[in-house]
Amino acid sequence: MSSISIFLNSSVGKKVLMSLTGLFLMLFLVIHLLGNLQLLKHDDGYAFNTYAAFMTTNPLIKIVSWGTYFIIIIHAIRGISLERANRSNRTNKYVISNYHRSTHWTARKMGLLGAIILLFIVFHMSDFWWKYKFGETPWTKYTVELTTGNISSPEDVTGQGITKFTKYTDAANASEIVIAKDLYKKVVETFSNIFFVLFYAVSMLAIAFHLWHGFASSFQSLGINHKKYNPLIKGLGKAFSIIIPILFALIPIIMFFTHQ
Amino acid sequence: MKLTLKIWRQKNKNAHGEMKTYQVDHISDDMSFLEMIDVLNEELVEKNDDPVAFDHDCREGICGMCSMVINGQPHGPGKGITTCQLHMREFNDGDTIYIEPFRADAFPIIKDLVVDRSAFDRIQQAGGFISVNTSGNTIDANAIPVPKENADTAFDSATCIGCGACVAACKNSSAILFVSAKVSQFALLPQGELERKERALKMVEQMDKEGFGSCTNIGDCAAECPKEISLENIARLNREYISATIKSK
Ligand code: HEM
Ligand code: SF4
Ligand code: FES
Repeated sequence: MSSISIFLNSSVGKKVLMSLTGLFLMLFLVIHLLGNLQLLKHDDGYAFNTYAAFMTTNPLIKIVSWGTYFIIIIHAIRGISLERANRSNRTNKYVISNYHRSTHWTARKMGLLGAIILLFIVFHMSDFWWKYKFGETPWTKYTVELTTGNISSPEDVTGQGITKFTKYTDAANASEIVIAKDLYKKVVETFSNIFFVLFYAVSMLAIAFHLWHGFASSFQSLGINHKKYNPLIKGLGKAFSIIIPILFALIPIIMFFTHQ
Repeated sequence: MKLTLKIWRQKNKNAHGEMKTYQVDHISDDMSFLEMIDVLNEELVEKNDDPVAFDHDCREGICGMCSMVINGQPHGPGKGITTCQLHMREFNDGDTIYIEPFRADAFPIIKDLVVDRSAFDRIQQAGGFISVNTSGNTIDANAIPVPKENADTAFDSATCIGCGACVAACKNSSAILFVSAKVSQFALLPQGELERKERALKMVEQMDKEGFGSCTNIGDCAAECPKEISLENIARLNREYISATIKSK
């Protein structure tokens, strides 16, 4: 075996892989959040739909997003197999177990929390991503006045033979025409249903708990444990695991109440 | 004091084990936990019953033999002590105490509370040593300059007694706290430099072969460790292992 495959199959290497993929996924969460926050703009989805079109057509972004899917899959498969292998090391269970519980319960439930996140990701991808790419998504035409930047109310142009994102300047009317798939409308529809809003909010709770342990843990896995920096890492981890999921969860909640 | 004991009895490695109930009386506060079991065993022997088998040797917290899980905690209640250092004053008259062996597939039960911890010996043999010239011109360790901080940290790591409580406490039955202590004590000293790379690679390889689990940074090992070996050792082992892999051919 080459040293890299020995590494990846060793208990330490498995850990390092979970850590690196986990760190990447946390970075992805931040970028994903910044994109999603555009859903809260009062522009009938102009910014969000243009962004969604950019994210699905730009070749560089395409490579990055396929990389992200790949990393989620690796993290999930390795995480589940790690959890299963670890459970099999004690065939005879304790009659009573009552250790000094040194760490937060989340540390012991990473597999369960990960599984909830995985369910969420599968649902989330089939709901938005799959429909956006392959399903029936409405098309919307925005007219942006070039002098003022005002966006006139969008026009539904579904079924008029439009197949790709278009943007051109209408010089006669001093405006810019943007025709985009209206993912925004889909999102509004989904989040008009209280059950979906709750489902998203609860899933964000699972991410929060996963990262409550996961953030600081990923540094320890890489061997980063230093008295001077530990408080900083722990503090950042707590802030990250609270703030990011709350902002994610607020989007459906705000949309639910503002699109009544 | 009078106590009810629920003890794991298992005839041999392959036998089916179960919890059996015993009563003991006239237990003094000043007895150690092992002396309390001695009292029980004397009574069992008098009745021609099989005494409870348990490991012990130094009875002063340095050999690491007295492995058992008491009321769900390796080495029982109290931080930073072994079973032999646990006193009966920690318990109250009328208490029921559960006593089980360390449980991990890599530590098979030999009899009752005695487990086979030879997996630790094999991990040590894989790399837990240094090369020293013993042909008469051995260099005095005190003649080799070592920064005080490194000497102290290495000493802290070296206090690991190989008792296996870390494995017993870990949800994953991981032995990484033990292995990381053994790797750290040498990684911090010039004497350990020669085999540094090999040591991390080989000890981890042997640890995985023995069927211990993979660490997920929970920290119950360090909380239960009688020598309070810190998780910093595990981070150090990870660094040693990563850099040994990068530098290996
Ligand atoms: C947004 C998605 C996710 C993020 C940001 C994320 C992040 C992380 C981080 C930072 C860690 C800590 C790594 C370490 O301790 O070194 C971790 C561990 C873990 N993750 Fe995830 N994760 C995500 C999704 C998932 C999914 C879908 C699963 C699959 C079932 C999963 C299963 C696990 C498991 C089992 C661990 C513990 C492994 C260990 O401690 O070594 N995670 N995750
Ligand atoms: S690390 Fe602690 S618990 Fe583990 S073997 Fe060493 S002394 Fe025992
Ligand atoms: S008997 Fe030696 S440590 Fe307990």
